[in-house]
Amino acid sequence: MTDFTTIKKNLKKDYSSFKGVKLALLGDSATQLFRIALRGCAFEDKIDLDIFEADYDQIERMIFDTASELYAFNPDFVVIFQSTRKLKHRFYKLEKGGADHFAEIHLDFVQEAFTTLNAHLRSKIIYLNFNELDDREFGNYANKIAISFLYQLRKINFELMTFAQRHPGFFICDLSYLVTQTGSQNATDEKFYVDVDLHFTPDFFVVVAGNILDIVNAAIGRMTKCVVLDLDNTVWGGIIGDDGMERIQIGDYQLGKAFLQLQNLAKQLKERGIILAVCSKNTDSIAREPFEKHPQMVLRLDDIAVFVANWENKVDNIKYIREVLDIGFDSMVFLDDNPFERDMVRTHIPEITVPELPADPALYLDFLRNENLFETVSFSEEDRTRTVLYQVEADRQKFKRTFTDEGSYLLGLEMECDVEPISSFTLPRVAQLTQRSNQFNLRTMRYSEDDLKKMIDSGRFFTLTFTLRDKFGDHGLISAIILEDKGDGALFIDTWIMSCRVLKRNVENFVLNEILELARENHFRSIIGEYIPTPKNGLVKSLLKDLGFVSRGSGWYLDTGLEISQAQYIKKTIYDNGRNN
Amino acid sequence: MTTDEIIEQVNEIFVEVLENQAIRINRETTAADVPEWDSLNHIMLVVEIEKKFKIRFSSGEVGGFRNVGEMCEAIRAKMQA
Repeated sequence: MTDFTTIKKNLKKDYSSFKGVKLALLGDSATQLFRIALRGCAFEDKIDLDIFEADYDQIERMIFDTASELYAFNPDFVVIFQSTRKLKHRFYKLEKGGADHFAEIHLDFVQEAFTTLNAHLRSKIIYLNFNELDDREFGNYANKIAISFLYQLRKINFELMTFAQRHPGFFICDLSYLVTQTGSQNATDEKFYVDVDLHFTPDFFVVVAGNILDIVNAAIGRMTKCVVLDLDNTVWGGIIGDDGMERIQIGDYQLGKAFLQLQNLAKQLKERGIILAVCSKNTDSIAREPFEKHPQMVLRLDDIAVFVANWENKVDNIKYIREVLDIGFDSMVFLDDNPFERDMVRTHIPEITVPELPADPALYLDFLRNENLFETVSFSEEDRTRTVLYQVEADRQKFKRTFTDEGSYLLGLEMECDVEPISSFTLPRVAQLTQRSNQFNLRTMRYSEDDLKKMIDSGRFFTLTFTLRDKFGDHGLISAIILEDKGDGALFIDTWIMSCRVLKRNVENFVLNEILELARENHFRSIIGEYIPTPKNGLVKSLLKDLGFVSRGSGWYLDTGLEISQAQYIKKTIYDNGRNN
Repeated sequence: MTTDEIIEQVNEIFVEVLENQAIRINRETTAADVPEWDSLNHIMLVVEIEKKFKIRFSSGEVGGFRNVGEMCEAIRAKMQA
């Protein structure tokens, strides 16, 4: 764990090349150290975090006075930190008989605060839940009685989760979990609370700040998409090539439990949409055997999207895995017990995350928990099936090799595409695409589900989603378009994103035809496009030009009267006019 | 450990926490003598001193020392306790 003194030194460093993010910090206790921890941690994540720290104990005024400095600051994120001790004070001041409604009253406040913020800002709200604290006036009986503070506190934490599920723009920083994991003795210091109203230790503020930045990172599209696993002494104990399948350690017995825990984590990650790959120095057939035959293995071959076991160096193998998956190194995590391999990978691929796993496998899980490597801001049905998508992609690659020309390959794929406006079913996936897509993304606008709902409700926007199938299976929703009516017959491409899985499928041309059709039906005369360069979207730098748009000033224009060559490889299966109401 | 030896080690903590190599503290030094020694950094100094000497200050002590000498005497007393 990095301590506060070390993190604070970052403040003197140069942040100027980093991505700028604006964050407002509202607290009902002393927050200066919290602010320093946030700014210091942001350096580690290459974010130039511009922080507005509200005056002491001004949460209500800042939020409910919409002329306050908070609204003038117009942050990307609002962090609300109400401390448990202040909550307890309010609880003790309640009128007699009010205790069993305490959680409801607090949730009413959260609801009202969120509604007010949401009506005036486009910020995401990060709310810290409450660490457990109980004066034990009922002892353990507090669990059995609704008027105890402990009961009400836990109810608030539970109801906050329910609230967060209903409001996509509302995120919880799980302070309660963090205090449990860190230990209350390490997280708090009574004398600082008494003397200067500092509710946590400086070092613990670094833990909290780090977690808030995890949420920020995920919200700006930086998240783990793939875990690359070493095998020997990482996924099981022992060396499969030497010890043989009977003697490797995996299962319910002694050290086998440590590896079982890691496999369980990997399996859960796969279930929630993180791709698993294997990168091992082994003979392929020997490395695969436990996945096929070992009765205690949790991971099976169909859990692994890319399996690489050979005697080449791991740097080249990881580069190969990245190529097959077509994701950035910065969205990959490499787990290996061997410090030499870790160092080699880290040196040659600086963008990849290589956790410094402890030497004792029994500590792997506890270490990984504290690293919090798998933060996300969304979860959709599609996440569950991602591994299959990549495995099917490998089959397609084999099929492709049987064709000599591109055209007959594309025809042979028998592609079909559903074209629809965003619906309540596809809204989460589209929001997720806007958050995750970095490469095929013309303007890299990040939208939450709430943002999208607001845009659609405004009536100024047209949307299109594309769901693709071929003879090998479903690709799912692979492209989304958001078009804005700019008046004067001009339709502006606010967002054009596409999953890189379907590159070189002629989908771009198909999508453009659909945009044109929509524009003509709604009597637009021109379509305006814009490319906003980022370090990652060079892929679409010349997209508009290649599709026939003409550069005029800062924008790219396409006359809707022009005939564009038809994409004849994809069959359209559903049509809707793109108006969402 | 003598109080002077403690002052020497505390000086290292001051240099580290206040990020100023030139700091030299003695028994008579007060917060007014060191520009970087504000209330925020004072908390950091307390945290780092507690870690280094494996002691805990009490609530009144955090803001109650009149100068470095008093603080280091308190550290010495706690280390012997």
